Amino acid sequence: MQEITLPLLVAVFVAASASLLGSFAILKRMALVGDALSHVALPGMALAILFKFNPFLGAVVFLAVTVAGIWVIEYRSSLSLETIVGVFFTASLAIGALIMPEHDLIEALFGNITSLSTAESLISIALSIILIVLLMFIYKRLTLNMVSQEMAQSIGINNKRLELIFLLSFALAVALGIRFVGALLMGSLVIIPAASAKNIAKSLRAFMYGSVIFGVTAAGAGIYISHIYKLTPGPIFIIISASIFLATLLMRQIRIYS
Amino acid sequence: MKILEVKNLYSSINGANILEDINFDVNKGDVLAIIGPNGAGKTVLLKSLIGLIPYTGSIKWAQGIKTGYVPQRMDIETDVPLTVKEFFRLRGPSITDEKIQETLDFVQLDKRLLKKGFGEISIGQRQRVLVAWAVLGSPDVLLFDEPTADIDIAGQESIYKMLYHLQKNLGLTVILVSHDLNIVYRHAATVLCLNRKNLCYGAPKEVLSTEQLQSLYGGEKVFFQHKHHL
Repeated sequence: MQEITLPLLVAVFVAASASLLGSFAILKRMALVGDALSHVALPGMALAILFKFNPFLGAVVFLAVTVAGIWVIEYRSSLSLETIVGVFFTASLAIGALIMPEHDLIEALFGNITSLSTAESLISIALSIILIVLLMFIYKRLTLNMVSQEMAQSIGINNKRLELIFLLSFALAVALGIRFVGALLMGSLVIIPAASAKNIAKSLRAFMYGSVIFGVTAAGAGIYISHIYKLTPGPIFIIISASIFLATLLMRQIRIYS
Repeated sequence: MKILEVKNLYSSINGANILEDINFDVNKGDVLAIIGPNGAGKTVLLKSLIGLIPYTGSIKWAQGIKTGYVPQRMDIETDVPLTVKEFFRLRGPSITDEKIQETLDFVQLDKRLLKKGFGEISIGQRQRVLVAWAVLGSPDVLLFDEPTADIDIAGQESIYKMLYHLQKNLGLTVILVSHDLNIVYRHAATVLCLNRKNLCYGAPKEVLSTEQLQSLYGGEKVFFQHKHHL
């Protein structure tokens, strides 16, 4: 049990920050954009491995540049974001897969949290906490921005700046989670817990708490089960998350039709 | 007392002129109604007034004036996880339960509504919630963009009663986009007819002649002036 204490802690904190962020991604209806966005991390990690620096750094840089690009495109062009994401982000996954050394590819795609060093683990936990604090600080403004940009602006909220902060938070959350579940499944770490919470929550508070509780539960259980059965934690996490989603979907349908 | 002075206002969106050379004033405590056909630039004008979209020309508010804005529509899902009370709380920490309660009374909404989901209440109720939300910021001027097709006639009528009540009791100045000329006749001190340019401006009974309305709405006989109404 002791050998998984640190990975367990990392998974719990990373999942907490990612699922909290996910609740806003769901409110903003950018579930698919978020999912595809995580693919951009792959070429960054590949280059980092090739040139022997930390893959986390590679992922962060690539993601930050990409979200800044998204931000500019959203304000400057009339192109649909979905189209841009659909074309370029999957292409970057392809490029990443080609240049990534083969023995690292599976780990980059599906993650392996147990390969983190102690220092990396502690940094991940610290960054997750910072992300959670930041989100709690801006969540009212974020929600208002997502409900009505005009009303937000009418009380002096700088929507553009707020959206950039949100996208950069997204980039950080993806970079943090990628060692846990990998580039291919990262979107699910962000989206599924929040989507599950939305099925049953009526209030913002229940939605945010629900999302974090589902994310943390699935992460903890995922690490534990994968340790016992010697499996890769990422896919186990996603399967547990998806099961929670199905359960909440069932609850929602029962509530609607009863 | 002049609360707002607009001179030579131009606004364009993606290179297309939406507003051309708009001029008008608003006095404190007045109701100004902006009327005009679809696509005339009414919403654009309202948004320029509070700086939501860029413009050229001059928009001068009296010093220290706070505005409250009620948008025409909101694109939210019916199952958005946000209660009405939480929606009020998004304004910031200064919004207390007492304040919310007091404001609900102003817009004649039941406090049981606070626990409901923001997406599940009726459009008419949402309209009142939005007005209450704007009023919570203790504005001097309320800018109200009337929803077009979403509310039935009875609902519209009662919204205007409520606005009128707010104007009288809180001394609010109201600038509203309206489609209902009856309302304009009954409640507005001044009316601005808009079809990209200002076509008329003044007291409703002075400027809203049948000919004027025909030229504004493109020849359709949408409304006749009935002397006995005035």
